[in-house]
Amino acid sequence: MVTFFDDVRMLFRDFDIWGAFWMNIKLTFSAGVLSFILGLILVIMRVSPVSSLRRAAAIYVMTVRNIPLTLVILACSLGLWGQLGIKLAPKGPDFLATNSFRLAVLGLSVYTACFVCESLRSGINTVAPGQIEAARSIGLGFSGVMRFVVLPQAIRGSITPLGNTLVALAKNTTVAQAAGVVQAASFMIMAIEQHGSIITTIFAVVAAGWVIIVLPIGLLTTALSRRFGVAR
Amino acid sequence: MNDYSILFDAPGPKGKRRERIANVVGLAVVVAIAVWVIWALVDKNQFTAAKWKPFLEGDSWTEYLLPGVWATLKAAFFAVIGSAVFGIGFGMARLSSSRIVRAVATVVVEFFRAVPVLILMIFFWYLLSNSGAVDGEVSPLYAVVIGLVLYNGSVVAELVRSGVDSLPKGQTEAGWAIGLTRGQTLRLILLPQALRAMTPSLVAQVVVVLKDTGLGYIVTYPELLRQARLLGSSNANLLAALMVAAVLFLIINVTLSLLAEKIPDWLRKRRGGGPTGPTVAGEIAPGATAPQLAPGAPPANPGIA
Repeated sequence: MVTFFDDVRMLFRDFDIWGAFWMNIKLTFSAGVLSFILGLILVIMRVSPVSSLRRAAAIYVMTVRNIPLTLVILACSLGLWGQLGIKLAPKGPDFLATNSFRLAVLGLSVYTACFVCESLRSGINTVAPGQIEAARSIGLGFSGVMRFVVLPQAIRGSITPLGNTLVALAKNTTVAQAAGVVQAASFMIMAIEQHGSIITTIFAVVAAGWVIIVLPIGLLTTALSRRFGVAR
Repeated sequence: MNDYSILFDAPGPKGKRRERIANVVGLAVVVAIAVWVIWALVDKNQFTAAKWKPFLEGDSWTEYLLPGVWATLKAAFFAVIGSAVFGIGFGMARLSSSRIVRAVATVVVEFFRAVPVLILMIFFWYLLSNSGAVDGEVSPLYAVVIGLVLYNGSVVAELVRSGVDSLPKGQTEAGWAIGLTRGQTLRLILLPQALRAMTPSLVAQVVVVLKDTGLGYIVTYPELLRQARLLGSSNANLLAALMVAAVLFLIINVTLSLLAEKIPDWLRKRRGGGPTGPTVAGEIAPGATAPQLAPGAPPANPGIA
């Protein structure tokens, strides 16, 4: 047990573990905001009266959510940047780090947006039809129905699935490894490469980090959906 | 596609015209984006014959892509079997009458749901290849399968637990009334019904497993993605190879997803048109208990993972 704590102390001394996890949190936050916006646009398209937009959103969701995230991230890093030469960062000393970070955020957002869209759609499904009929009967059009009646309830009603999506997104940020972003998974690989004898200790540290990140999101989600959930 | 026409009135002549205009504009925007992407790709010489010709040659398929598909399906197959066993085992443990068994199962399930699959895979990859427990060549396969089983098994365990919890209490009481023990009631009465109600979510979880085999790319498991990348680097057509891999994944997963949507109908027919079993509440079909706007439950949301 004593050696376990010594090993942990050594790991914290030799590696920037806080920095590694901070990168996962930054990825989660950036991709979370971007994917929420994209997902919101998608779900509005998905339920709109315009059939071409409806179909486009449905095809997008069906396509992206059926291919692996690793492929999406690779397509961003190897494809957009490596093959097509699209750069997302200004030239400078940290071009490589910033560029791969932004490419990873792009890939994560494009992927997660589908799940945000589906979460919000399940939220829309919880809105009672009577509410919508009432809204229409007082003369609101599609945008009015959505803005004043459906979306406010749908977003509150989809707190739980959105929370699950956020947890999945946080865990998925480790896949940014495929784009060369240095984060918790990279720390784990580096540490094991150098200290192969204490694999289990390294795993324990990384796993503990994830439990610490994921549990509060779950608790927050539960608390929020209790507080804001639509009472019926 | 679900029907959301309740959100707007049936359009009159003016509305129909507006809708048609919006449709054309929407279509134009979508087409414009598609054309722009294709144009950009053409501009970067991605659609030259040299980039796509390799996919017409038998070697690319027999040496790279088909072995990749096979490796993906193999890992997914073992992972699905393992997850089912792990999930039903731990799901039952979470419903056990012993507080200690319940607590242990809860900790295990919550732990593996919190740790990213990739972290599990990396751990087992190094653990197995460093300790020499298995041959170095197959350690990536083991790592991928173990990682997938631990995570997806935990998800299945949650499905089992919430599935059994959402059954009417009378089912348990009826089991006890005819003299079954707790275990027998769970095994003979509750579990079969819960499993039937869970089937769509379970199939959706298979899609998650298939997609997550893609993580094997990072632990050097030669699945479809890694094979596509190898093919892409040897022919200098990486983007084309990734696109082909994406299409292959799409074909497999869309087939499975369609299957997942059909299953409730089949089950209903087999039971002679009765109502569907209780939906597994919670993360599977959030809000499924509330009045539904669209007919039919929303497609089970296959978590992301």
